[in-house]
Amino acid sequence: MVPIAYYLVLSAVLFSIGVAAFLIKRNIITVFMSIELMLNAVNLAFIAFSRQWSQVSGHLQVNGQIFVFFVMVVAAAEAAVGLAIIIAVFRARNTLNVDQIDLMKL
Amino acid sequence: MHLALFIIFAGLCVAGALNLLLQRHPINSALSLIVVMSSLAVLYLLLGAEFLAAAQVIVYSGAIMVLFTFVIMLLNAGKEERTHGSKLAYIAGFPGAAALLALLAYIFLSRSASFGQARLGEYLATTGDLSRVLFRDLLLPFEVTSVLILIAILGAVALARKEH
Amino acid sequence: METSLLAFLLISLAKVIVVVVILLMAVAYTVLLERKLVGRIQNRWGPSRVGPFGLLQPLMDGMKLFLKEDLIPEAVYRPLYILAPIIALGCALMSIAVVPFGADIRWKGVDLFQIADVNIGLLILLGITSVGVHGVALSGWSSNNKYSLLGALRASAQVISYELALGLSLVGVVLRSGSLRLRDIVDIQSTHGLLSWNFFGGFQFVAFLVYLMAAYAETNRAPFDLPEAESELTAGYHTEYSSMKFAMFFMAEYGNMITVGCVATLLFFGGWTSPFGNLLPQPHSLILVSLLSLFWFVAKVFFFLFLYIWVRGTLPRFRYDQLMGFGWKFLIPVAVANIVVTSFFIGLRLPLY
Repeated sequence: MVPIAYYLVLSAVLFSIGVAAFLIKRNIITVFMSIELMLNAVNLAFIAFSRQWSQVSGHLQVNGQIFVFFVMVVAAAEAAVGLAIIIAVFRARNTLNVDQIDLMKL
Repeated sequence: MHLALFIIFAGLCVAGALNLLLQRHPINSALSLIVVMSSLAVLYLLLGAEFLAAAQVIVYSGAIMVLFTFVIMLLNAGKEERTHGSKLAYIAGFPGAAALLALLAYIFLSRSASFGQARLGEYLATTGDLSRVLFRDLLLPFEVTSVLILIAILGAVALARKEH
Repeated sequence: METSLLAFLLISLAKVIVVVVILLMAVAYTVLLERKLVGRIQNRWGPSRVGPFGLLQPLMDGMKLFLKEDLIPEAVYRPLYILAPIIALGCALMSIAVVPFGADIRWKGVDLFQIADVNIGLLILLGITSVGVHGVALSGWSSNNKYSLLGALRASAQVISYELALGLSLVGVVLRSGSLRLRDIVDIQSTHGLLSWNFFGGFQFVAFLVYLMAAYAETNRAPFDLPEAESELTAGYHTEYSSMKFAMFFMAEYGNMITVGCVATLLFFGGWTSPFGNLLPQPHSLILVSLLSLFWFVAKVFFFLFLYIWVRGTLPRFRYDQLMGFGWKFLIPVAVANIVVTSFFIGLRLPLY
């Protein structure tokens, strides 16, 4: 018997930690990982809301979970392409520090 | 018992996320993120989403994080250096995230009664329920996502190839 | 029937202890079985001095590995160096939790022959295999050795490539049974004995062959054992490991072999059902039913282990580019074709036993 609000607060906590890590960390791979953390927090919120909607309407609602499925697919595709971009940037600049990759000019 | 399980795995999630923030070496951050994702899978199970719990472990912990680990190993990422980055990020980063958290937590907790309580074992969404919606009502988005994955594969291969 | 929480926890604890002990003994004796069988294939005896027919050899090997010096090189990244074999062995042992060994016999409402009866048992097996890749990758990286790193990256690339073919080959089985629960999959195959097994009456022989080849590649066994062969030639991901940690990797490999055998029997060969089906009279006593089901399950898993070792002793190993080409360009299209043909048959409602 856990109030659904607790799941939502947990999702908010994970999302804000993700935002803080995104702004503070200097390694580009860690920044990318914080984006994945934010996406996971949002997934948790979707599933909690899907459960709440099921309880309100009386029968099983799975639309929230379908959305999570699509978020997972998009996150996987984005992670693959993003990491390929990071590899390409590393080959050009030879550094992984965001402060040194912030200009288009070499 | 539901509350005990929730507190344990929510605690693991938050500890893993904080560890991601506080560690200097990216491989430690990657491993803490794996802990977060596995604990989130257990939380999905507690909310009745069993297929998504399995998908979370297979896709996120087992594939995406392996990809991150590969890249960290290939690029030989070392400990983070303290470069003189934008001080604004430090000054505005922590308070900004804290303000966001405070706002969201206030909204959720003040309306906690209207969200209701979750009981263990009710409203279990089986794989059949999910697939009935996915393959009948949402067939077009499903096919579009498979094209999306194909494009992502092509893009990743094209970007990461060595230029000769 | 209502099961109390305490009864459930105590019986589950007992099941876990029994299963883990039996699994570890089975791993040790599988090593002996392999050495003797490969020896026989190569026209020699295999271990035969220690105890009758070499049966005490695993005990002596265990003691030797225990007493060896546990060397940790100085420049390794210690936390991950120690964590990697734990992840590998842990994932190898965890898969056995969802595997049902025998008939659905309950005591105080708790299933006696399966530790965890979950609706998504098959997906859990795939998930544990996916997480086990981290053990290999982290061991190579933490060894702080260029050859270890390359060997680990190759091994993990091989594993994640064949995971796709593995998962796709199981979809035909799931289509036939309509459920991901392992007991349901076996129950569908229990109607007519041999003919209703997924390999014969379910027409999943192509899927079975794809599964077998993908599983051989997943467990890094011949003819796909290039990561291990590298450790004989130059180096591999467990080159910097000694005694107990190396033994953990070794045990993880044989544990994965046993899990693959269990899954193959459950999904394609009818699990614990006897091949005679209803031809023989069904025994009435519960004890006899449970013993018979256990016997058939163990016999089939033993056959799969024998097949593993037979293939290892017979076939030459793949080169790395041949291996990756085989996985991506042959196995995945064949598995997808199997899904298409199976769903075509089920859609037209052709009778499958």
